[in-house]
Amino acid sequence: MSVLTSTLDSRSAAFRANSEAMGALVADLRAKVAKAALGGDQRSRDRHVGRGKLLPRDRVNMLLDPGTPFLELSQLAAHGVYDDDIPGAGVITGIGRVQGRECVIVCNDATVKGGTYYPLTVKKHLRAQEIAVENRLPCIYLVDSGGANLPNQDEVFPDRTHFGRIFYNQANMSAAGIPQVAVVMGSCTAGGAYVPAMCDEAVIVRRQGTIFLGGPPLVRAATGEIVSAEDLGGADVHSRTSGVTDHYAMNDRHALGLARRIVANLNTRKQVGLDLAEPRAPLYDPAEIHGVVPQDTRTPYDVREVIARVVDGSEFDEWKKLYATTLITGFARIHGYPVGILANNGILFSESALKGAHFIELCCQRGIPLVFLQNITGFMVGRKYESGGIAKDGAKLVTAVACAKVPKLTVIIGGSFGAGNYGMCGRAYSPRFLWMWPNARISVMGGEQAASVLATVRREGMEARGETWPAEAEAAFKAPIREQYEHQGHPYYASARIWDDGIIDPADTRRVLGLSLSAALNAPVEKTTFGVFRM
Amino acid sequence: MFDSVLIANRGEIACRVIKTARRLGLRTVAVYSDADAKARHVAMADAAHRIGPPAARESYLRSDVIIAAAKAAGAKAIHPGYGFLSENAEFAEACAKAAITFIGPPPAAIRAMGLKGAAKALMEKAKVPVVPGYHGDDQGLATLQKEAARIGYPVLIKAVAGGGGKGMRRVDSEAEFERALTGAKREAASAFGDDKVLIEKYLVKPRHIEIQVFADSHGNAVHLFERDCSIQRRHQKVIEEAPAPGMPEAMRKAMGEAAVAAAKAIGYVGAGTVEFIADVSDGLRQDRFYFMEMNTRLQVEHPVTEMITGQDLVEWQIRVAAGEKLPLQQDEIRIDGHAVEVRLYAENPARNFLPSTGTLVRFRAPPEGPHLRLDTGVREGDEVTPYYDPMIAKLIVHDRDRRAALRRMRQALHETEIVGPANNVAFLAQVVGHAAFVDGDLDTGFIDRHKADLIPKAAEVAPDTLALAAVALLLQRADQAATARRASGDPHSPWGLADGWRMNGAYEERLELMAGETLHTIGVLPEGAGWRLNIRGASLFAAGTLDDGTLVAMLDGQQRRVGVVRQGDRIIVLERGHGTALGLHDPLDVGEVEEGVGGAITAPLPGKVIQVLVAAGEKVEKGKPLLVLEAMKMEHTIAAAGAGTVDTVHVAAGDQVAEGAALIALKEAEA
Repeated sequence: MSVLTSTLDSRSAAFRANSEAMGALVADLRAKVAKAALGGDQRSRDRHVGRGKLLPRDRVNMLLDPGTPFLELSQLAAHGVYDDDIPGAGVITGIGRVQGRECVIVCNDATVKGGTYYPLTVKKHLRAQEIAVENRLPCIYLVDSGGANLPNQDEVFPDRTHFGRIFYNQANMSAAGIPQVAVVMGSCTAGGAYVPAMCDEAVIVRRQGTIFLGGPPLVRAATGEIVSAEDLGGADVHSRTSGVTDHYAMNDRHALGLARRIVANLNTRKQVGLDLAEPRAPLYDPAEIHGVVPQDTRTPYDVREVIARVVDGSEFDEWKKLYATTLITGFARIHGYPVGILANNGILFSESALKGAHFIELCCQRGIPLVFLQNITGFMVGRKYESGGIAKDGAKLVTAVACAKVPKLTVIIGGSFGAGNYGMCGRAYSPRFLWMWPNARISVMGGEQAASVLATVRREGMEARGETWPAEAEAAFKAPIREQYEHQGHPYYASARIWDDGIIDPADTRRVLGLSLSAALNAPVEKTTFGVFRM
Repeated sequence: MFDSVLIANRGEIACRVIKTARRLGLRTVAVYSDADAKARHVAMADAAHRIGPPAARESYLRSDVIIAAAKAAGAKAIHPGYGFLSENAEFAEACAKAAITFIGPPPAAIRAMGLKGAAKALMEKAKVPVVPGYHGDDQGLATLQKEAARIGYPVLIKAVAGGGGKGMRRVDSEAEFERALTGAKREAASAFGDDKVLIEKYLVKPRHIEIQVFADSHGNAVHLFERDCSIQRRHQKVIEEAPAPGMPEAMRKAMGEAAVAAAKAIGYVGAGTVEFIADVSDGLRQDRFYFMEMNTRLQVEHPVTEMITGQDLVEWQIRVAAGEKLPLQQDEIRIDGHAVEVRLYAENPARNFLPSTGTLVRFRAPPEGPHLRLDTGVREGDEVTPYYDPMIAKLIVHDRDRRAALRRMRQALHETEIVGPANNVAFLAQVVGHAAFVDGDLDTGFIDRHKADLIPKAAEVAPDTLALAAVALLLQRADQAATARRASGDPHSPWGLADGWRMNGAYEERLELMAGETLHTIGVLPEGAGWRLNIRGASLFAAGTLDDGTLVAMLDGQQRRVGVVRQGDRIIVLERGHGTALGLHDPLDVGEVEEGVGGAITAPLPGKVIQVLVAAGEKVEKGKPLLVLEAMKMEHTIAAAGAGTVDTVHVAAGDQVAEGAALIALKEAEA
């Protein structure tokens, strides 16, 4: 294989400045994640622990095989979205190993609003399930939730991708042979009762877990019957009488031990059908990516410097190197897994789109997973290009991306604007995972362009009416638009709304891609059938 | 010289004899009991013959079977080692009758020294100083009591046929005499089948000093200086050295000459040891040593003599047995430096040296060299069985003087790793390092007197030890993860990396280790090529490598090398001869699961109550039968699912009950 040679000078002023800037972004990210990771406030956490319960994060950590990684999803979900602070949207989701088997874990955080489901809690839960479906990962639900958040019921309950979808997914995953396991460690009220009830196997913690369609207050209101939560739906009721649960746990630790035992008995074995190789670290330290990426997203840089810090041995067999050089394509390995990489090195032209479409066809033919390193302002515009058919060429790339059935992994490493987002496998194109760097920006177009477009439209309207628009007024008009785009295009804004699966430290890119790939390979690589390529 | 030799012994001495015999070009034949079929001495020998079941009486003490084995193997000589048949005159005679050379003294010499009273009388005649005492045949209470008074209390009553401390009593006053005598006689009768006793002066501060002698069949006899074997527990030697610390040259000469005289007095041939006791109440004095007994064989501790003289005593034995003259004259034998031997025993010093058995899960000693010798009959993985002496090995060091030798021994013991049976390595290291021992203030009461300093007390596990255990566990886990990864369908998966990676953060894992009943929690945070460990509020950076049970760890930049043994859910850290066992606590293991009584007990099927076995208010344990129900022509006993108190009994004997009918209400015991 050919080895990439870095031309980066790690002692240069630019490198140091870049490193510092990215370092600051990462530090801020880690601080925000750390705060969100705490869950509810100190009082709620103390109360939770005071009841003999483990904190949700401890539950997850103890469920996992000791010392193994945890690929957490949507850490900043709901960040700054609601009037209330709902850290992590009140649920921890992620992929981790249990008994050597990659599983999706969904763990309610009862220290955040009693673990009730806000709209984004539902979205985060559903996204975790979607990952489980696409990658055939067993699901373990550590349930401790009061159910739908009643004040927000209109955005939680009725629609297709609302609360009910959780159980729809459970039923269909079970049907597809994707194991569903619930550990009831707290309340499972109303709809929530279906989480354990829809599972293949369920554990309940005595004097702690409760499952009922209607809680004591509702029962009293409806029928006048006065009953305690424990007598209504405690572990004894469900393990001895109703049979809603299968395993009776003494406490959280015991319950987690039982959950691990359940997974040990799943009788599954992961088989990766790819041509694997012994992983090798890149020749260049992945942490140097901090110094690679210019502070200004408009400053061009060679994306191969990033690839050299992500792939095994910095080996990258570039394909069509001399053709359409704004889209880099080639083969490499990440943690020993073969991948086809598409990375932007400038704007997309017709040839770039054709090259990308061809490369995706190759990878699908060979069953090679695709990695998109997205840093794209968009497709080239202008008469020449429109008349050259860039729309149909772009469509070819979008068709290829949309139809590709091999695992697709996307990292937004810079700009993600307009149709470039589509062509480079944005969220709508169902990459198995989509990660974002903290310097990235995502919007239909750049803030400056949007402001200019809107200003131009406005100015033309005014001029048609014979009015004039002073420069200061135009600047005043454009500034909030730029601001809005900057705000809404920010990774925190995106991640809070679960447009991605999380913001990652660029230095972790290799690790995150490796874990994502490995998780994705739990599902067999399907054959691809492409749609019509408009010629 | 004969061309082959059978070694009628086992363990380290058999191995040691085989080594010299082979060097001399002899074919070696081992014998073994069923317990020793895979023993080291069997593996070392050119041929090996089974001689019976494990019990020594049925194998290593069976002279007929052993001689038959020698004949079958064509062995022309038998080396008896020590113990077993080595001092058995009948065996020596049987060898002669079978035309096999017995490598040992003539039967008459064995007999002469076999009975201690007679031997002493013989020695007195040969002008060898003996402890004042009574060795007469009159065993009447009055005579013995009178003799004891003549010798002067304190006195010692000993079995004439005895050894190993059996049938021995110290008596401090006349009032205690009769009771002690009865006890000693009873013990002697049961141990040796002979209740005859002798009485000796009891020495308050005795040192055990013995002289190695050698005689050939040409009338030559020499001595190879003394050995000090004063460090004993339960009347058995644990540490021996040569020369004796503080020995005046004149006394050495006097003792040597006395020993040679003793050997000559009985027409001795071969290797022998004349044991003396020296009264050191006033230091070592030429006029205060007394003949104790003569061992007509090679001693366990012979290596220290070999180390200071540069001679191979087994070679001497073989040459003398073959009729050769002694290799050296007395004036050609010199002392060079100082040698110390310790006996590594499978025994528990904290439990009064109670012997221990089991598999040597780990047995490692520093490598042999010009300064260090290891005589052993076992290897790592071998078993210490209950059938024989629980000695694991002898560690012998040599250096230019005693201080240097002791330094070497301390280091060697610190590098010795034994896991499996309880052992005395740490205890020996304490003795060797003890100030009184280093000063040469020895006597046979040393261990008892300094017990408090020598027996390691159960102390709180040091943070460093916890850190070392944690590093070893983490390395083992990473290694296991790698192995599991290789065996999986996804052999390089980053999910198998045991570095606890977390997205945009870190996860401090808690390792739980049990030391006895104490739970220690260690915080583990991956950092660089190692881990940051948090132990009792202090943080340190640890990393290391683990290879073949040896952990080389860096703890905050300090390198530590320790042995590590993993036994199931236990990890043993071996530091400086001392093992710390830590139990791995699974945080998800909640121990006994009490699934509770579940309140009301109902009829599982319709039937008739036959018997009610409890009453309201009664406390019941889990599994306690509460009631018998007859249904479907079967009796069903209904038992408590957990501990609790009977709240109400809803039914009585004879009642017909429907399925689901409440029978008894139990109140659960508060957990």
